[in-house]
Amino acid sequence: MILPLNLRQAAFSAGGREIIAALSLEIGAGPNTVILGANGAGKSVLMRLMHGLLEPTAGEVAWSDGDQRRARRQQAMVFQRPVMLRRSARANVLFALQAAGVATAEREHRADEALREVGLLHLAHRPARVLSGGEQQRLALARAWALHPEVLFLDEPTASLDPSATREIETVIKAFDASGTKIVMATHNLGQARRLGDEVIYLHQGRVLERAPVETFFKQPASPEAAAFIKGELPWA
Amino acid sequence: MQGFTYDLLESLRLVATLDLRLWEIVGLSLAVSLSAVAAATLLGLPLGAALAVGGFPGRRAVIVALNALMGLPPVVVGLVVYLLLSRAGPLGSLGLLFTPGAMVIAQTLLILPIVAALCRQAVEDAWREYEEQLRSLGVEGLPAALTLIWDIRFSLVTAVLAGLGRACAEVGAVMIVGGNIDGVTRVMTTTIALETSKGDLPLALGLGVVLIAIVLALNAAADVVKVSAQRRVG
Repeated sequence: MILPLNLRQAAFSAGGREIIAALSLEIGAGPNTVILGANGAGKSVLMRLMHGLLEPTAGEVAWSDGDQRRARRQQAMVFQRPVMLRRSARANVLFALQAAGVATAEREHRADEALREVGLLHLAHRPARVLSGGEQQRLALARAWALHPEVLFLDEPTASLDPSATREIETVIKAFDASGTKIVMATHNLGQARRLGDEVIYLHQGRVLERAPVETFFKQPASPEAAAFIKGELPWA
Repeated sequence: MQGFTYDLLESLRLVATLDLRLWEIVGLSLAVSLSAVAAATLLGLPLGAALAVGGFPGRRAVIVALNALMGLPPVVVGLVVYLLLSRAGPLGSLGLLFTPGAMVIAQTLLILPIVAALCRQAVEDAWREYEEQLRSLGVEGLPAALTLIWDIRFSLVTAVLAGLGRACAEVGAVMIVGGNIDGVTRVMTTTIALETSKGDLPLALGLGVVLIAIVLALNAAADVVKVSAQRRVG
């Protein structure tokens, strides 16, 4: 177990601008965590700090398992725009398994299982780069699935997809949840936050303004900023 | 004009009836340049990729130096290799001077910066796109560099072809370290230089036509392979 993840006064600034202000946060196993916030609130940077792609400029980000390598192998991240290698869909999953040090004999089985899970087994031998945007994002999820991560980070995974592709992605995310993987997802899509989230962390200008169960957050946002965000995002409500 | 037309027709006749001796010259040219391209590719691609993904102090300076070295004058490379390989030089005991081996070494040094510098730029552009994904998967350093080289291999064909063009076209380096010895180190470009100075323009021009045709054929073949492979893997 690498959870819980603890951010202790973790901050990040770049070019003299503070993007994440010294924040302390514990992410434990259990409920799906949705990081909500407007564009520029620092969601992506926070995700990258947690996943270890960025080093905090102050404070620390620590998994309960102090071994960096082991912690890295228990997590996966799916980005807003998937990056696929110029090889088949299946080879992309195999590449991830190889990088994670999975034994050769086990790789093929796990790759096919993951592709079946996201409904891409019939396209396994297609070049990954010719797949549609939605298919590529499902392939990114398959690549994460094959790794059997304890924690899955999702950074706006459907922001550039159409509604039907978005539904497919959300189905796979629910399957991850059902399999016991801890989901940490950044989004600015309120509908998606409600559908997939158990708790909301509301980020505003690099600060955590609220952390609450989804229902509470949407019914009674505690901060005026969150209330305005919910209203602004749902003008018809 | 009269003279040029005559020389051209005569050169084409010579090409059509290319004798064995000329074929040897063409064969040696290809053997030397292709060997140099192979060596420069094996060394230059990893070097360029490592420069692209690596971070170390003085990296920008190395990149600037490498880019500048693309403009190395062949005669200077020839001179340096000559000094290294001459009997009194540090590598004189190898006895390589005035052999095809020396020519391969000189051309490899000449085109290594071209292959490495063009590869560095291509891999660096790709790294910007792939970096987060690869690091997320735990792929960094040398494995990342090799993954990128393989993934953008079609773009890197251009870097290798630039090296090939340079190797086939240069005369200064092979002239100095090879010595243009008939039957041993005489290649197309040195023959063209020699025949021109002797006044045998049709032969010089004929060899020029052969040289251009070969380079064109190699580029066309590379393009066919590239396009068909690209269609397969997307």
